[in-house]
Amino acid sequence: MPINETLTFDEIRQKAVTEWDAWKKSKKPRILIGTATCGRAAGALSLLDVINNSLRKLRIKASVTEVGCIGLCFLEPMVDIIKPGKPRISYGGLTPENIPQLLEDYLINDNPRPDLALGYFGEDKVDGIPSFFTMHVLKPQVRIVLRNCGSIDPTNINHYIANDGYSGLVKALSLKPEDVIEELKKSGLRGRGGAGFPTWMKWNFCRNAPAKEKFIICNADEGDPGAFMNRSLLEGDPHSVLEGMVIGAYTIGANQAYIYCRAEYPLALERLGIAIRQMEKYGFLGDNILGSGFDLHIKIKEGAGAFVCGEETSLIASIEGKRGMPRPRPPFPAIAGLWGKPTNINNVETWADVAVIMQRGGEWYSQYGTEKSKGTKTFALVGKVERTGLVEVPLGITLREIIFDVGGGILNGRKFKAVQTGGPSGGCLPASLLDSPVDYESLTAAGSIMGSGGMIVMDEDTCVVDMTRYFLTFTQAESCGKCVPCRVGTRHMLMILQRITRGEGEPGDIELLQRLATTVKSGSLCGLGQTAPNPVLTTIRYFREEYEDHIYKKKCPALVCKELISFYIHPDKCRGCGICFKNCPVEAISGGKKMIHIIDQKKCIKCGTCFAVCPKRFSAVMKVSGKKMKVPRKPIPVATQKVTRKRT
Amino acid sequence: MQNQLSEIFKAHEGEKGAVITVLQKVQEKLGYLSREAISEVAKFLRMSETEIFGIASFYAQFRFTPCGKHVVRVCLGTACHVRGGEEIMKTAENKLGIERGNTTDDLTFSLERVACFGSCALSPVMVVDKDVYGRLTTTKVRAILSKYNAD
Repeated sequence: MPINETLTFDEIRQKAVTEWDAWKKSKKPRILIGTATCGRAAGALSLLDVINNSLRKLRIKASVTEVGCIGLCFLEPMVDIIKPGKPRISYGGLTPENIPQLLEDYLINDNPRPDLALGYFGEDKVDGIPSFFTMHVLKPQVRIVLRNCGSIDPTNINHYIANDGYSGLVKALSLKPEDVIEELKKSGLRGRGGAGFPTWMKWNFCRNAPAKEKFIICNADEGDPGAFMNRSLLEGDPHSVLEGMVIGAYTIGANQAYIYCRAEYPLALERLGIAIRQMEKYGFLGDNILGSGFDLHIKIKEGAGAFVCGEETSLIASIEGKRGMPRPRPPFPAIAGLWGKPTNINNVETWADVAVIMQRGGEWYSQYGTEKSKGTKTFALVGKVERTGLVEVPLGITLREIIFDVGGGILNGRKFKAVQTGGPSGGCLPASLLDSPVDYESLTAAGSIMGSGGMIVMDEDTCVVDMTRYFLTFTQAESCGKCVPCRVGTRHMLMILQRITRGEGEPGDIELLQRLATTVKSGSLCGLGQTAPNPVLTTIRYFREEYEDHIYKKKCPALVCKELISFYIHPDKCRGCGICFKNCPVEAISGGKKMIHIIDQKKCIKCGTCFAVCPKRFSAVMKVSGKKMKVPRKPIPVATQKVTRKRT
Repeated sequence: MQNQLSEIFKAHEGEKGAVITVLQKVQEKLGYLSREAISEVAKFLRMSETEIFGIASFYAQFRFTPCGKHVVRVCLGTACHVRGGEEIMKTAENKLGIERGNTTDDLTFSLERVACFGSCALSPVMVVDKDVYGRLTTTKVRAILSKYNAD
């Protein structure tokens, strides 16, 4: 029973707005720190301790709030400081060493430290600091789903409500279900899990299915390695997803909902739990939601580590407490899903889109995107790109804009080679397709898929054959084994790829791979098997020469495949400094002071540590493929010539 | 055994499809799913032990042998792979003297591979117990593991 059932939504909202305004106009300085999982990986929690200690030492009373991730992972850990009456300033790349000084400089001496600042928010300018949203990484972005991430406290429902939260639910409850569907139709929203099925149509199927009991499910089993859009959203703004779910349940006529979330996301699970309890308290969940007579209960189900459970019929089997294996469709879950009852499954991002569409209207949403792919999509931009992070862009933007404008191009000025969209089930697209628009149809035509939004950038130092082998290792291990073509086919494709990367490829391997790939694609029940061959097919289509180099020349042009490369220490260049010797993780290097060091090829795991640590001015460690180098058998004294240091 | 688990069982009495949740809670309590634990769960849910084991063995999360005091999880997701996750794993294997999927004899460390933590922007990533370490190098890995060894 909600404790404040006497309050109307307007009263709840008024209370939330008052709290939010008081927080925003607080007389104390406010500090926001991003402590989502990615921030934590960059050391945000120890930074938080340092901040609290410094504030105590400086005798400053400030409010410190943990917020979600704004998506600029390359600048983590990030902290925002808002002094009373001053604009919000964002700082990035902070360390426990430089933060105490920053706090003292800005909070006491009023020096905003433009050297550490990334940008300011709002209209009022700050000398020497650019506006936050003019940063190259943010300019092409349109933040709809991520609008609150990094700005609100995800554990405080009032922050969400004060920013229009739950007004979409109130609007939906005042409409007839068919009118909600009409609004969704206007928005043009398509499933953000990757397949791109029109959301209104999916809802309509389930709504029209005759049954007393129906279910809705939020698919938060974000299993694609290299993708973390859903995690960030659940950690940074869980209420937006939950609001969408209540709207969906009302429209479809479901009274029980499930969120199926990976166990690898403990923080997301924790924040969802907090959010659900808050909703129940306010009467947004439970019996007779906001006096509408509509009931809904949401249960969180923790995944147990099976990639195939991202597939809807497997996910349903897993919620039912079975092995997570897919089953043939039809019947589709909209007709017979969880426990045989009509069930509607949508991805985390789709649910969050629904909430904002109901808040601001379908027409407003449809102004973004292209004719067939409306709205925005979040992507996890990772790999060999300068500015890694979570981005949200209007559909129809080109791959080039995402990778070069938002992502800032390739790491260390290397050359772009390929981009993998759609995770292990997507395809590897080459430079020639950089100008194709990112929408459902164009990506499918190129042999890839939109997928849930993983985007992994590869540079010239990435071997596409090795990458394909990697993806197949993953899909082969995750194949549930139900369909023979997938179970046996992915294994055989992997074995062939392993042979090729080991330098044991044979003529005819490429054709065999293509034949197997086509069979697996057409002979599998679920999305895993149907898409697992995509990386194989696209890399052969766009990077055939690289396969041929591996097979015929026993050479890995990107110098990646371990069996095809070796590390040597150039005897003329080694100065016997011993850095490689000290850093070798497997003690494969022998030598001594002023001795030419030698790598024992049998012990070497080819980790490249010696290559990385050898001082630039010597550059004695060489990485080669397809040839052997002459080196002494045992360490011998370094020749007595003087070291010539390059002047820089 | 029964006493240890009765609280978990009580919370899920009569719940539809509770097997996986129950197994997760049992594993959280005991550290792994022992034969006896599986047998207790089977009794509680009125299913056969084979059925329970069949479900548990499908999911990567469940362990059937005791695990170490510290659980080291190295991410081998795509982004980590591109940025050298395999080297991180090999260094950890070397440092701990065990292969992935195993536990040291003194039950101090278990080493596991994980498909993705979703911290890809900070790859390569490793998680020890609940601490997340990003932007790793082979040198950093050895230093981090030494720290836990000293504890």
